[in-house]
Amino acid sequence: MTDGREDLFAPASLAAARTGARLRTLAWQVAVGAAVLLAWQALATAHVIDPFFVSRPSAIAVRMWQWAVTGRIWPDLFVTLEEAFLAFVIGAALGVASGFALARLPRVSGVLSPYIRILNALPRVVLAPIFLLWFGLGIWSKVALGVTLVFFVVFFNTYQGVRDVDPVLVDNARMLGASEADLIRHVFGPSALTWIFSSLHTSIGFAIVGAVVGEYLGASRGIGYVISQAQGTFDTTGVFAGMAVLSLVVVIVGEGVARLEAWLLRWKG
Amino acid sequence: MDARDRPSGAFAPPPAADRPAIRVRGVSRRFVTPAGGDYRALQDVSFDVPRRAFVSIVGPTGCGKSTLLNLLAGLLTPTAGTIEIDGAPLAGLNRRATYMFQQDALLPWKSVLDNVALGLLFAGRPRAEARHAARAWLERIGLAAFGDRYPAQLSGGMRKRAAMAQNWVLERDILLMDEPFSALDVHTRQAMESELLALWTGSARTVVFVTHDLDEAISLADEVLVISAGPASRVVQRHVVPLARPRDLLDLRNHPAFNDLYATIWADLRREVARSRERDRRHGAGGAHD
Repeated sequence: MTDGREDLFAPASLAAARTGARLRTLAWQVAVGAAVLLAWQALATAHVIDPFFVSRPSAIAVRMWQWAVTGRIWPDLFVTLEEAFLAFVIGAALGVASGFALARLPRVSGVLSPYIRILNALPRVVLAPIFLLWFGLGIWSKVALGVTLVFFVVFFNTYQGVRDVDPVLVDNARMLGASEADLIRHVFGPSALTWIFSSLHTSIGFAIVGAVVGEYLGASRGIGYVISQAQGTFDTTGVFAGMAVLSLVVVIVGEGVARLEAWLLRWKG
Repeated sequence: MDARDRPSGAFAPPPAADRPAIRVRGVSRRFVTPAGGDYRALQDVSFDVPRRAFVSIVGPTGCGKSTLLNLLAGLLTPTAGTIEIDGAPLAGLNRRATYMFQQDALLPWKSVLDNVALGLLFAGRPRAEARHAARAWLERIGLAAFGDRYPAQLSGGMRKRAAMAQNWVLERDILLMDEPFSALDVHTRQAMESELLALWTGSARTVVFVTHDLDEAISLADEVLVISAGPASRVVQRHVVPLARPRDLLDLRNHPAFNDLYATIWADLRREVARSRERDRRHGAGGAHD
């Protein structure tokens, strides 16, 4: 927003210089990516590195293309995204609610803080077998795993965001007549939002990690399942194609979040 | 309201015109220091602020001026003594007063218009009505074209003006101001002082204005209270400012009465400033409490 306004008033030459710099960066980015892929392709084709273990970019691209046009990948992708989405929504909702509650109730947070630390110290992946046992092979064991990952990230950031508010803003709002609910809605909430957003990029990744790891350990659908199946048949092309699909999805979702963030935090400009 | 048609009962305190807007009696305030010690910020402070008066409070840094203002606002409670607002003991936040802070206190994530409308929304007024009133105030203080900007996009002087509008739009009787213009450059500051006087003149509001700038204190006020150096600050002197209103702030410094009063108060203040320096020397930089 601010950038756009500055561009309007910037001299044409300056705007042109900026566009030029951007294009140069883009050209370099493309060049680096192309170089890595070409090197990989060449080395694998020449059998300098064994394509059995690392596959080939061309084969991976063909596989992804086949998955897309035959529709083979969509149901699995949908399941993984569904699990990640549920994990994210539930984990973030619980995290935001507990973060606010504990930040505004210092006595409760004093009592609970060692337990929260203990739970957070637990490597979450070890919970996967337990969740499989509790929630079965369907989507909910994956959602549960994702929730345990997302929750703590969002919780700590919300807590910090609420505690981080400038006390003068709070005093001023109170003098203007704000109730506790008003404070949360107009002061603590927006302030915490900055922190929550910076954690969203991480927590969306975690939601997908939860889903994929859960699928990998025991499922009948999902990208994690596809990768684990491919691995079971020594199909490295399938493994790499699955990984590429996941990366692509995370990048696209992250881009969406960045745009939402830029809009919601436009006051910072 | 006429005294005759006033309902007898607890609805409204009797509107005695001579009752002070603020009455402070024997107020003390202690703090526990981070080291676990006991710090007496204010000791046995008593004064009245007459209704519709403009009272300045001056004192050296660390004399508890801000503590005093926080007590009047109800953000702090006195350790001893009583504060009465319009005859009623102050309990909890002072709902008759607004408070303009030294630091910027506009919410950075709300537009200027929404910031000004904020208090009205808290009071339960409908959004459209609150925004309408806020817009009228932005017009009045010359920020009409900036209503949709965010505070970060305004200059320091504009932010102060927006903060003034945020307070004045609530139409409360008492305005507490804690060195509101101290961060501004000299010219902006003078413009803001003139603007404040113009708003206050004929508004029937009571202003308590804390500053460390004696010049500012005298130019604006009807009365100047001098607070002693901490710890255990108290009111050492109160001076009536014998300058007619309306005042031309640019011209005021040439007035003999202004200079006489400045010399008199400075004689008090200088002693306190010297004491405060002496204290800081003895206790190091950690001694300052404001």
